[in-house]
Parts: sequence; C-alpha cells; structure tokens
Amino acid sequence: MTEDTNGAPREPGSQWYDGEAGPLVRPYAMTGGRTRPGPSGVRFDLIALVTLATTASGTGDDTTLGPEHRSLIDLCRPETQSVAELAAGADLPVGVVRVLLGDLLELGRVTVSRPVPPAQLPDERILREVIAGLRAL
Amino acid sequence: MVPEHSDASEADTAALALKILVAGGFGVGKTTLVGAVSEIRPLRTEELLSEAGQSVDDTGGVSQKVTTTVAMDFGRITIRSGLSLYLFGTPGQDRFWFLWDELSQGALGAVVLADTRRLEDCFPAVDYFEHRHIPFVVAVNCFAGARTYGAHDVSRALDLDQGTPVVLCDARDRASGKEVLIRLVEYAGRMHTARLLNSVG
Repeated sequence: MTEDTNGAPREPGSQWYDGEAGPLVRPYAMTGGRTRPGPSGVRFDLIALVTLATTASGTGDDTTLGPEHRSLIDLCRPETQSVAELAAGADLPVGVVRVLLGDLLELGRVTVSRPVPPAQLPDERILREVIAGLRAL
Repeated sequence: MVPEHSDASEADTAALALKILVAGGFGVGKTTLVGAVSEIRPLRTEELLSEAGQSVDDTGGVSQKVTTTVAMDFGRITIRSGLSLYLFGTPGQDRFWFLWDELSQGALGAVVLADTRRLEDCFPAVDYFEHRHIPFVVAVNCFAGARTYGAHDVSRALDLDQGTPVVLCDARDRASGKEVLIRLVEYAGRMHTARLLNSVG
C-alpha cells in the first residue's frame, strides 16, 4: 500500500528507505502533528465502541473538521463501530484514529464506550449468552 | 460496572464488546482461524511503531519523521445487537511484544494456536498469558499430514498448568473454530469464578 499520498514532498535523505523496508507513513500530518488525543489524554481501546452523538446537529461546525474526521463520522453513521473497525475502514493507523476521535469526542460529535477495566470480566449471564450465541452461529 | 440500565436505549449505552486474542507462531494459521469464524472478512488495522516501539524497534537514523507500521488482522462475531466479540490475531514476531500488552488489556482470553511440528513456536505466547493470568486455551491446528498427537501429549510437552484446555482443531473449519472459542469462554468463566471464590475465601 502506498501511504505516501499526502502530497508532502519526500524528506531529503529518506530516499534510501526503499519499498522493501515496509510501508512508510507520515501519519501525524493529518492530526497537525499531535500524537496523543486531546487534553483529556484518554487512550481508546481497540474495541472501544464509537457512536455518533445524537445531539450533534447536521454539519454546522464541519469547518473545524478535516476530511479524515468526516470520514470517521461517515463510518459511524450506519452503526456503532469499534476503534479497530474505524481504523480499517478509514485506512488509517490506529494511533491517528485515536487522535482524531479525541477531537470528535471533545467536539461532542461522538460518544465512546469505556474500556473494560483490566482483570474484570463481564458477568456470568453475558458469558452464557456468548456461548449460546457461538453455538447458534 | 454499570449498575442498572434496563431501559437504556440499547446498542447505545449498553453496547458491549469483548476481545479475544489469537496468538501463536508465524504461519500457524491465526488469520485463517479469525477468518473462519468472523462474520466479516478479516480486517487489517495498523499500529504505529513509533508509538511504543522506539526502544524495541530500532528506528534510529530515521528520526521521528518516518514511521513504520505493524499490521494486525481482526474479525468480529455479533452475538446480538449490542454484544460483539472481536478476535485479534497478534503479530507473530517477538519484536512486537509491546503491542500485546495493549491488546491483552481487558481481553476475555486468548487462543494459542499450536503446530505440533514446531511446538516451540508457541512457547512465548503460553508464557505470556500464564504470567499475566489471562485465561487461554491451546488449539492444536491439525495440519493435513501432520502426525497427530493427543491433547494430553501437547499439554505435557508445553508443561501447561493443570486445567488449561487443549483442543484439537482445524483452523480453516468454522465449526471447529467455534468449538475452540466456546471452550475458551467456558474456561474464562471458570477461571473468573475461581478467582472470585479465592478473593472471598
């Protein structure tokens, strides 16, 4: 996959890094150089679920949003998406998606489910439901 | 924990996602297993190495301006509206261990895929989950032509803790993959109950 499609000129001296070295990205260009989500510092789990905020009205304040923000919103429109699915759907690295989601969260455009606390399992009822669901597949 | 939300507008607040990891050596069939049981074509997500891996992956000389990525395949099984299971194939190479720490956060459990022709490939995964007390089952992918060993032989060869399930499977087969997951969820439930009992006893 060619990741170098941002139109950014190649950094002098980086040309030695050829195709065999694996995909190269300049991923945080889309986030204005930020590598961490907003001041809240939340770290979205890969399976944190992202839902469009029902209160968010239309596209009024979309001027503050970049195209990548908008594509994330579009992906969430049909149904709730996990962070991993958003990254795959938007073809963006997870780290970048986390920063963009932080923006959307602050703007009140999305809600994000809390990560499961470590060492805490869902209750027995849920586990039974999962087992029954798997059997029924 | 959310105390009570019986009337919560489902799928919104009550949506729950569970995470299961699929680990094992390179080429043992992790993505195959994910694909066999997933309702969606396995998707690929990329994690940036510069995030956590600078000490692990030598990016010296490339500066922070250029970043390589590591891909992880994942799939999804919807149990019902608002309850989904996500399966993540863990990156096989040892140098991506740091990613496992994040992946295993809050994971329900793990499947360690093993190939009896090179059983040692799954040692690191077994060690990893044992040390972190993450419930896991060993699924022996029975490749055609591979000499078949019994579950007991594999359990002994891997020196597994007593009770850790070993399942013979065919990673390409949906029914077989389902069975592996069911065994894992059952086992995770038992481990959880045992821990609760220990904590009160």
